[in-house]
Amino acid sequence: MSGPMVDVRGVYKSYGSLDVLRGVDLRVEAGEVTVVIGPSGSGKSTLLRSINHLEKIDRGYVTIDGEFVGYRRSGDRLYELKERDILRQRTHIGFVFQNFHLFPHLTVRQNVTEAPLSAQGRPRDQVEALATELLEQVGLSGKAGAYPRQLSGGQQQRVAIARALALRPKVVLFDEPTSALDPELVGEVLEVMKALARGGTTMIVVTHEIGFAREVADTVAFMDAGRIVEQGPPPQVLDRPRHDRTRAFLSKVL
Amino acid sequence: MSASFVLEETTAESAGSLTVIRARRPGRWAAGAVVAVLLAMAANALVTNPAWDWPVVAAYLFHPSVLHAVLFTMELTALGIVLGFLLGTVLALMRLSHVPLLASVAWGYVWLFRSVPLILQLLFWYNLAALYKQISFGVPFGPAFFSVGSMDLIGPVTAAALGLALHQAAYAAEIVRGGFLSVDPGQLEAAAALGIPRARQIVRIQLPQAMRSIVPAAGNEIIGLVKGTSVVYIMALPELFYQVQVIYNRNGRVIAMLLVAAIWYLVLTTVLSVGQYYVERRFGRGLARALPPTPVWRVRRVLAVRRAARRRRSAGGGDEER
Ligand SMILES: Nc1ncnc2c1ncn2[C@@H]1O[C@H](COP(=O)(O)OP(=O)(O)OP(=O)(O)O)[C@@H](O)[C@H]1O
Ligand SMILES: [Mg+2]
Repeated sequence: MSGPMVDVRGVYKSYGSLDVLRGVDLRVEAGEVTVVIGPSGSGKSTLLRSINHLEKIDRGYVTIDGEFVGYRRSGDRLYELKERDILRQRTHIGFVFQNFHLFPHLTVRQNVTEAPLSAQGRPRDQVEALATELLEQVGLSGKAGAYPRQLSGGQQQRVAIARALALRPKVVLFDEPTSALDPELVGEVLEVMKALARGGTTMIVVTHEIGFAREVADTVAFMDAGRIVEQGPPPQVLDRPRHDRTRAFLSKVL
Repeated sequence: MSASFVLEETTAESAGSLTVIRARRPGRWAAGAVVAVLLAMAANALVTNPAWDWPVVAAYLFHPSVLHAVLFTMELTALGIVLGFLLGTVLALMRLSHVPLLASVAWGYVWLFRSVPLILQLLFWYNLAALYKQISFGVPFGPAFFSVGSMDLIGPVTAAALGLALHQAAYAAEIVRGGFLSVDPGQLEAAAALGIPRARQIVRIQLPQAMRSIVPAAGNEIIGLVKGTSVVYIMALPELFYQVQVIYNRNGRVIAMLLVAAIWYLVLTTVLSVGQYYVERRFGRGLARALPPTPVWRVRRVLAVRRAARRRRSAGGGDEER
């Protein structure tokens, strides 16, 4: 397939009577970084969670590298996949949570190796070598044997990034990865993410770090009330927004 | 340690050479002395009053029939706990599953077996043989592959173990379910996002974290069951409590024989309590920044501090105490 790496088409999602996503379209090419910004409650987290099928969408579809997420296509019908197959699909999609969600009873190294071993069944020596390499990449070689609670927030989030990368995913989704961090720890996590972006990792990042968006993003998408209101290269969206709502939001966060 | 310190001097310039003197607590000493005297009186009464019959206690403590009874009590406890928690875990997972039928059946089981007194359940299983003469294995509602007389299958020992386990399972189910509910839902979400297979999520991610709250409650249950096995005496099974009754009915030394039983129950629960402490430590890994020190380690540290203090005093007064 030579289409986009991530293709979100006409996605609707509601919780009861609350329409959270109201027709979202988003395309992310391989190797590109898309930053999603928008006010609280606009549906950014829900969009990310729909992309890896942590939330089931009501209408529309998501494909990753041409493969339907959560469904199998046959003719013009989509058949819901079994949980096993959805879990297998998720190994192609890295996810980094705002609150890390590291496994507290496992060491840093075990956090990183768990999914490649149990979800992908890759050989242990290969996975261990990969873990060593990834922990070095995020600057935590010395912490392999530590438990998450013994680390600072910034260090924990870097472990979470290494854990997501260990699956060798096609795309990594970040949901406000620095929002739970003390201000002085934000930089170290953003540095790791910038290095990833330079290395050609396909990323979708929800963040309030406008500086990061400006520096790293290929595309910035502004989301409001369940829709992507406008998207484009950072200078266009951040400096010359076309929509009043974008302008109003930016004037508050800048 | 949260001991408070009283600084002798508070001038800033000599801060490096300040001596820390621990606060005096005369109240503690007085309370300690009172309790010590009471303890001594109690010990005296235990040892010197001939009614306790210590020589008889000594004679029967390791009597073969008593030892056999202790062993049998341990077997019943182990069977009850292991089978109870296995079944209880299955029930808890059923209850937590999103399949309404499974969840309701599990709920119904817990409801039933918690509602009926254990002693009644035991008698029921014991007398089950009278109810169903044959137990058949085969296709449900269809032909049987083979049958056994229920008397052969459910002897008194099996009935006792079965009764204890089935009863225990109801309580274990709630304990295990509570443990699973205590795990942060974000943990499951992270595991799901990583694509970790469902069974593995339960065993590797949820269960170890659930154990944090399961172990203390399970410790309670095990210790409760050690003593709870004594109700099977109504089935005339030679567990500890029944056995000492048999003996004192023969020799008339009621107090002494009850003491023998009490001592053994104490020994068993002590061993279990110590075991529980270490199991808790095992599952506490990573959940606190540092593991609490073991009692042995703590004693050693206190001794080391004492020794250091003595050495310092004999050396003519050192500076700081860390
Ligand atoms: N499980 C749920 N049940 C009901 N409502 C939900 C649920 N999850 C999210 N919502 C609602 O959906 C809306 C969008 O939530 P979402 O978390 O996607 O917003 P967001 O853009 O990520 O906001 P923030 O910047 O605060 O993280 C909110 O109004 C929220 O209250
Ligand atoms: Mg959010």
